[in-house]
Amino acid sequence: MGEVIVVTSGKGGVGKTTTTANVGTGLAKLGKKVVLIDTDIGLRNLDVVMGLENRIVYNLVDVIEGNCRIKQALIKDKRLDTLYLLPSAQTKDKSAVNPEQMKKLAEQLKDEFDYIIMDCPAGIEQGFQNAIAGADSALVVTTPEVSAVRDADRIIGLLDANEMKQIHLIVNRLRNQMVKDNNMLSSDDVVEILGVDLIGVVPDDEQIIVSTNNGEPLVGTEALAGQAYMNICRRLLGEEVELLDLNGKKGLFSKIGNLFKKN
Amino acid sequence: MGFADFFRKKASGSIAKDRLKLVLVSDRANCSPEIMEQMKNDIIEVISKYMEIDMEGMDIKISQTDMEDGSGTSGPAIFANIPIREMRGKKRSE
Repeated sequence: MGEVIVVTSGKGGVGKTTTTANVGTGLAKLGKKVVLIDTDIGLRNLDVVMGLENRIVYNLVDVIEGNCRIKQALIKDKRLDTLYLLPSAQTKDKSAVNPEQMKKLAEQLKDEFDYIIMDCPAGIEQGFQNAIAGADSALVVTTPEVSAVRDADRIIGLLDANEMKQIHLIVNRLRNQMVKDNNMLSSDDVVEILGVDLIGVVPDDEQIIVSTNNGEPLVGTEALAGQAYMNICRRLLGEEVELLDLNGKKGLFSKIGNLFKKN
Repeated sequence: MGFADFFRKKASGSIAKDRLKLVLVSDRANCSPEIMEQMKNDIIEVISKYMEIDMEGMDIKISQTDMEDGSGTSGPAIFANIPIREMRGKKRSE
């Protein structure tokens, strides 16, 4: 029996789609059978982040309206055999689907997949209600900024009101040097303010942009963000994984510099 | 922390945290501006029975305060700053 996870944030542009792509790909790399569902009807994005935009025939709304069978709409990933994408419709709007229909779809997919991951649209309107309807747990993504944390708090309130059983927090795009200089909220600050369980911290990493450009999620690569996402996947599977050292690899010169600093 | 930062009053990370805590207290209280206004008017009405207050200068807001249960946590509280113009010395009707 599969688990349905919704990736949500309230605020736009904090990394929901990137997180969905990387967590989904990571779980598949760890041997799980995963389907990603883009629930942002009208603003399709997950397909390009996954590099699967040229393979779309049917979409979520086609499945809901019964124009095709679920299997016909699922796109198999380029690299991983156990990873599938159900893309969103680009020409419809959010009202094309309702929460009851999404719940039913999630139930059907649970027989076939270990993880069903819903990429939620920004906002708290119908698109949000659709995305959370069938979910067993939520990954709330925020960045260490006042606006994003405020919206995350609102989302957590709404998830509680909808009796979401489990809520995990991902602090995305953390800049370690700025935190050290006390010019950015730390992940501890964000956890203290929001009062939910932290499942991972993802550093701000240029490689994320490169990976999105290429349509290849970087989870599991040497890049710091890739390691951070893989750690999140392991924690989702119940492993105890220490938080990543965000200082990262340093060149010889800065290592020598550090030696002097200590003395 | 750099040398220049030493002279700054407060780093922006701490400012962000303080501002967030305040804004979330009123967000979570789910108190709309209309309800705050109604409450303010009711408070004015009650206090005006006993003394003359400066309506322009009054300020009522939801903020947070340290809990007095010794737990060291903070909780939401209503802060009212109501300047008094004149004590009327009205006798309470018996």
